[in-house]
Amino acid sequence: MEVSIDVNGRSERHDVEPRTLLVQYLRETCALTGTKVGCDTSSCGACTVLVDGESVKSCTMLAAQADGRSVTTIEGLSTGDDLHPVQQAFVEHHGLQCGFCTAGMVMAAVSLIEEIPAPTEADVRMGLEGNLCRCTGYHNIVRAVLAAAGTE
Amino acid sequence: MIPAAFDYVRAGSADEVVAALVEHGDDAKVLAGGMSLLPLMKLRLATPAVLVDAARLSDLSYVREEGDHVAIGALTRHRDLETSALLGASCGVLRGVAAEVGDNQVRHRGTIGGSVVHGDPASDLPAALLALDATFVAQGPNGVRELDAASFFLGFLETALEPDELLVEIRVPKVGPGGWSYQKFNRRAQDWAIVGALAVRGEGGTRVSLVNMGTTPLRAVAVERALAEGATPEAAAADAADGTEAPSDLNGSSTYRQHLARVLVRRALEQSQA
Repeated sequence: MEVSIDVNGRSERHDVEPRTLLVQYLRETCALTGTKVGCDTSSCGACTVLVDGESVKSCTMLAAQADGRSVTTIEGLSTGDDLHPVQQAFVEHHGLQCGFCTAGMVMAAVSLIEEIPAPTEADVRMGLEGNLCRCTGYHNIVRAVLAAAGTE
Repeated sequence: MIPAAFDYVRAGSADEVVAALVEHGDDAKVLAGGMSLLPLMKLRLATPAVLVDAARLSDLSYVREEGDHVAIGALTRHRDLETSALLGASCGVLRGVAAEVGDNQVRHRGTIGGSVVHGDPASDLPAALLALDATFVAQGPNGVRELDAASFFLGFLETALEPDELLVEIRVPKVGPGGWSYQKFNRRAQDWAIVGALAVRGEGGTRVSLVNMGTTPLRAVAVERALAEGATPEAAAADAADGTEAPSDLNGSSTYRQHLARVLVRRALEQSQA
């Protein structure tokens, strides 16, 4: 089947099998490998992207379900060399170690700040419950998100 | 993990969904948000030959007051429930429980109808709807019928919905914003409940339901009866495990779950009456 998806502002049109997962489509068809496959069971959040501005786990969504929608991946956040404020805050607050969860964390945080513009620490911790990090203990990730939201 | 191959049909109306179900019978499954069905398909525990995508039926996404009840479209997402001011004022318990489902990403996709028809005893919303004596409206080839929550959940992942029926609406009584408590016990924030207990005050007394204490969501009938006879919350909660068949798994033995049910029901009763 043919799907037309706006990916990071670019109009993409591809023929895919109906069973193609969105993450597979992004990584293999669009060659956008910033989005990671972690647990592959919608638990870890490493595959988080935005669909129409809202965070979703792209390992548990079909490309067919995103047909006609707008998808933003980690590659679509920055403007040229200027990082998105959430990306910049992760750099400044050392919100990562190995980096595997980072793309998903950043995308989940962007969606969270969109929904709760001035989050408390509790809002951030609960809002990121769907994203697992095995390195950092979350402390610097939470600081980074609060800094990006301006509520540090 | 990739699902087995299937034919994809995107339905433009509830009638089209039902027509596809009639045509393909047991080979077809309805896709809403996909938060329960897609994981099963990826594990190949579900291998439908035809997937009927109903998620774009935006006319089945709504929360509105109708007389003495609130009507909720089956394709209303958890996110839309947890942010609905109308639901918060007229049936706060359902808004509160919707906010406990999964995580943000899951609530952005998952729907109340999908959660109900999946019929998972570990799920949050079915137990809440059971306590509320909700009515489920199903559309099939011969028209629309209403089903009571009390007789809807038949067994593990098994409901009274016929294979050619689509759940279109959920109706819950207006019980107001407060007077409820949902105690969800799990080890990590986003996990399923190891055990959950819900208490909600309504007309005719306090209703209590249990999550993950059997093959279906359950009403804690013995607790409700004890309360009606004047028992204290603490005394009534002692009956919380009566009539349950709690599973044993990695997260806890059946005996441990019975203990949790008694503790969580007591807390839910105390907090719902506070």
